[in-house]
Amino acid sequence: MRGILAIATALVLAAGSLLTAAPSHAQSKGEVVIGVQCDRTGPTQIVGTVLCPGFHDYIALVNSKGGVEGRQLKALEIDHEYKVPPAVESYERHKKDGAVTMAVYGTPQIYALAAKLTEDRIPGTSPGFGSAAAADGIRYPYIFPIAATYWSQGAAAVDFVKKQLGGSLKGKKIAFIFYDNPAGREPIEVLEDVAVREGFQLKTFAVPPPGVEMGAQVLDIAQRYKADFVIGHLFGGAPSVSIKEFKRVGYPLKKFVSFVWGAGEANIEGAGGFAVAEGYYVMQFAGVGPDYPVLNEIREMYKKQGKPAPKEMASTVFYNRGVLIAALHVEAIRNALKAKPDGKITGEDVKKGFEKISNFTLGGLVPPLKITPNDHEGGGLVQIWQVKDGKFVKVTDWYAAYQDVVAKHIKEAGAKK
Amino acid sequence: MIQRECGVLKTTYEADMGLYPLPIARWTVAAVAVLFFLVIPLTLHEYFLSVANLVWIAIIGALGLNILVGYTGQVSIGHGAFMSVGAYTAANLANRLGSPWPVNLLAGGLMAALIGAIVGIPSLRIKGLYLAIATLAGQLIIEWTINHVTFISGGVQASIEVARPRLGPLVLSSQREMYYFLLVFVVLAIIGTMNLMRTRVGRAFIAIRDQDIAAEIIGINIFRYKLLAFAISSFYAGVTGVLYTYFLGIANYEQFQIGVSIDYLAMIIIGGLGSVLGSIFGAIFVTLLPIVIRYSMEAFGGIFFSQQTVLNLIPNLRLMMFGALIIFFLIVEPEGLNRLWRNIRSYFRVWPFAY
Repeated sequence: MRGILAIATALVLAAGSLLTAAPSHAQSKGEVVIGVQCDRTGPTQIVGTVLCPGFHDYIALVNSKGGVEGRQLKALEIDHEYKVPPAVESYERHKKDGAVTMAVYGTPQIYALAAKLTEDRIPGTSPGFGSAAAADGIRYPYIFPIAATYWSQGAAAVDFVKKQLGGSLKGKKIAFIFYDNPAGREPIEVLEDVAVREGFQLKTFAVPPPGVEMGAQVLDIAQRYKADFVIGHLFGGAPSVSIKEFKRVGYPLKKFVSFVWGAGEANIEGAGGFAVAEGYYVMQFAGVGPDYPVLNEIREMYKKQGKPAPKEMASTVFYNRGVLIAALHVEAIRNALKAKPDGKITGEDVKKGFEKISNFTLGGLVPPLKITPNDHEGGGLVQIWQVKDGKFVKVTDWYAAYQDVVAKHIKEAGAKK
Repeated sequence: MIQRECGVLKTTYEADMGLYPLPIARWTVAAVAVLFFLVIPLTLHEYFLSVANLVWIAIIGALGLNILVGYTGQVSIGHGAFMSVGAYTAANLANRLGSPWPVNLLAGGLMAALIGAIVGIPSLRIKGLYLAIATLAGQLIIEWTINHVTFISGGVQASIEVARPRLGPLVLSSQREMYYFLLVFVVLAIIGTMNLMRTRVGRAFIAIRDQDIAAEIIGINIFRYKLLAFAISSFYAGVTGVLYTYFLGIANYEQFQIGVSIDYLAMIIIGGLGSVLGSIFGAIFVTLLPIVIRYSMEAFGGIFFSQQTVLNLIPNLRLMMFGALIIFFLIVEPEGLNRLWRNIRSYFRVWPFAY
């Protein structure tokens, strides 16, 4: 046995020295492949089952109109149940199938793939989740948040609260209720900084996973701490529970603003419907509602095929986000193809394509992002919407706030390494 | 492996103690080694090697858990947490002290062994389901600690990036390089476990599993051996965590949550408790089955449904089929895939002269 092992080891070393790094795939003709990861069966399935169809519908729409620069697109999807090993497998599978860009889904997944994406020079997007520090395009050249990170969301939330409370936060009490995991805690440092600047009192309330038990925290916020405003940052089924609990203790929901993952129709319906959640404010990184030209085109496309529009379209928040993510990937590919007339594009070209995206709004569904080699977040723009009369109503237009604070934190995170 | 044992005459103690006393078994092992060290990595695409890498990591973890659950009979639902202990120890060492990966690997394993032994203390007083709950508490406490103590987790994001392992001038980063890196540890883990079970320590573990009072009466120090079982098992878990960290390039606590512990428990139960081959079969089964099911659905799903429906059906049907197959295999052979394999083997041992 020992002898065999020695021989095997020697052979391995010999073989290893022959190996070189795999060349990145360059596609000249045929379809441009996009790798899509999705969670349709895991803990965040209420997002995935709507977001992913949105992604595919947009790609189908682009293809039905002749593709991008004459090239058809192909979106390969793999469901990873929000687990890390299937995400790794799915990434490698997509790489094998020649994907030049990856729509990653989930915070632990983008962490796990960050090193690989950079080594293989394939851009990966993490819209609305993942590490806020990844907005730094120099340190994370192949990670693209492409939507407001949790830091930007936190800053924007405070700005919104300030306007709601009459323009000054001096001496006010703000409660931050969050899901107790890394993604949930991420905005706290930005909130604390802003609290010092604006002179308000910030108290954080952790909700332990799986986030269905928060009666004590909510009671504390409403009756002991008597918060002037609440900022919520919860995932999965937790936002619905929070709406119910705040309602139960009689805290007005018009003093509550939720981050982007507590902002879907499904979250409201889980709490008992729009009537229950009247007044609830939500933050969005994509436009809400069915009235965008691109959505009409998708409905038109289905009509032409003689099919009814998919039922997922009714859940506009997550569906529109799927469209937004797909649209940004398509724009990046378009920019890459324009830059390379021979059509041989690699992940590197698509990365540069992402960094050229600016003022691409898709009729208002996408914020006017400006992604640059330095800033992969694109400005951190959000809108606030409110539950009113059975639907979401727009309260503010695209805005970002306290960008200097967010920039400072991004810089500090970059300096740590 | 399929083999016959006639005509084997042992003349020395050394020959008698060999891990594989039969020549044909040795040749089979050599053939398997050539297959996995040369044929597979040099012919297959990197994608398949990435799947193999996930299997390798699972095998080491499953072997460790099998030492504790299968051989010593102490149920543990804290395996994922012990992996995270190893991962964060290594990641912190690598980033704070810049120590090389062999040191980190060993330190991660030893730290996990220490924590594992501490979590194992209740096993001296409780057994079975009660112990399972005690280790579950261990899992949750460790998860909470890593999640909240920034000294360990390296910040609120609870994730620490680590550089790729280096072997002299070679930086191991591609899946093919990782394949070899991990495979070496798989071989070490397999040989280690096989030999461990033939030593006094291993036999003591088995005695404790079969009847702990009887074991105590024949002079086995239950206190020492139970904790040793936890320590060794956690050492394997810690090493798994470190390898996983180097494989991904990051230690992130969400990779080691309670679901992972359950997955590993599922692996050894499906594979077969108390067997090395069973751990391997189980790890392969649990890791590969979802992928195989997805491939077959992609191939045949389009015949019956539209593309969008298939996309939605695949993940759900995959979960259902995965569950159904586990139930099927456990009904066919409650003692796991290893027993199934042994049945096939013993059938062919006398084939075609069954009588």
